[in-house]
Amino acid sequence: MVKINGTEKELAGMTLSAYLATTDYDPGQIAVERNGEIVPKARYSQVVLQEGDNLEVVSFVGGG
Amino acid sequence: MIPTKKEWMDALARRHGAALQKRFSAASVAVCGLGGLGSNIATALARAGVGRLILVDFDRVDLSNLHRQQYKAQQIGRRKTDALAENLLEIAPYAKIDSIPAQITEENCVQLLAGADVVCEAFDDARAKAMLTNQVLTAMPDTYLVAASGMAGLGSANAIRTKKITNRFYLCGDRVSDAEAVGGLLSSRVMVCAAHQAHMVLRILAGKYEV
Repeated sequence: MVKINGTEKELAGMTLSAYLATTDYDPGQIAVERNGEIVPKARYSQVVLQEGDNLEVVSFVGGG
Repeated sequence: MIPTKKEWMDALARRHGAALQKRFSAASVAVCGLGGLGSNIATALARAGVGRLILVDFDRVDLSNLHRQQYKAQQIGRRKTDALAENLLEIAPYAKIDSIPAQITEENCVQLLAGADVVCEAFDDARAKAMLTNQVLTAMPDTYLVAASGMAGLGSANAIRTKKITNRFYLCGDRVSDAEAVGGLLSSRVMVCAAHQAHMVLRILAGKYEV
């Protein structure tokens, strides 16, 4: 299982970019933390989600 | 009559303790975006005696800013970097303030923010927020980032929180209240979020890394 924003999902083996494509996140408005590190945007298509991974997708909203 | 620098520093040391004040005085903090968040963050940090503030914004003071941003009616039309620097130096005359009237991009981010111990993301635009967050956290390995997302509207002030996302990334806000979706920003709720950010900066400078 892969935990994303606190919810466990069957995503092991999938790339990060493939997972994000199944969501409503706007790729230009997010930062992704994986196991304590921010994933560089250029690596989204190379990072393969592993069993036990813990991710947080931070999706920014406007206002400041 | 403005106090001497020694009187000023002695007063800060009495308030904060000499050891803590030494940390604040030695620190450089960048504030990116000088709107409702950034102008309030910078004010709090200047009052706390943070030694050097790097102020970044490409915009000018507009009438539509004055309901939540730390500017004055007579400053409408001036560069925000100049107007805020002037206001901060009235509050804290011995602060070192570096004004950068430029737009931060992926390309210039590292160069413009070099030397900052902590970067505050205080932009309005969601894409700019994400860009700065990704750049600082992937290209500036020794720098902390305190960002904000979700502080618009009349929702409860208690919904604004600070969360530690990684060892160098802190996020303040309710994470959902989008300014366009909920219809505008109120000074008080934006200030709550700005205070969360400024407070987390001071905690980091003090060596307290938990939220």
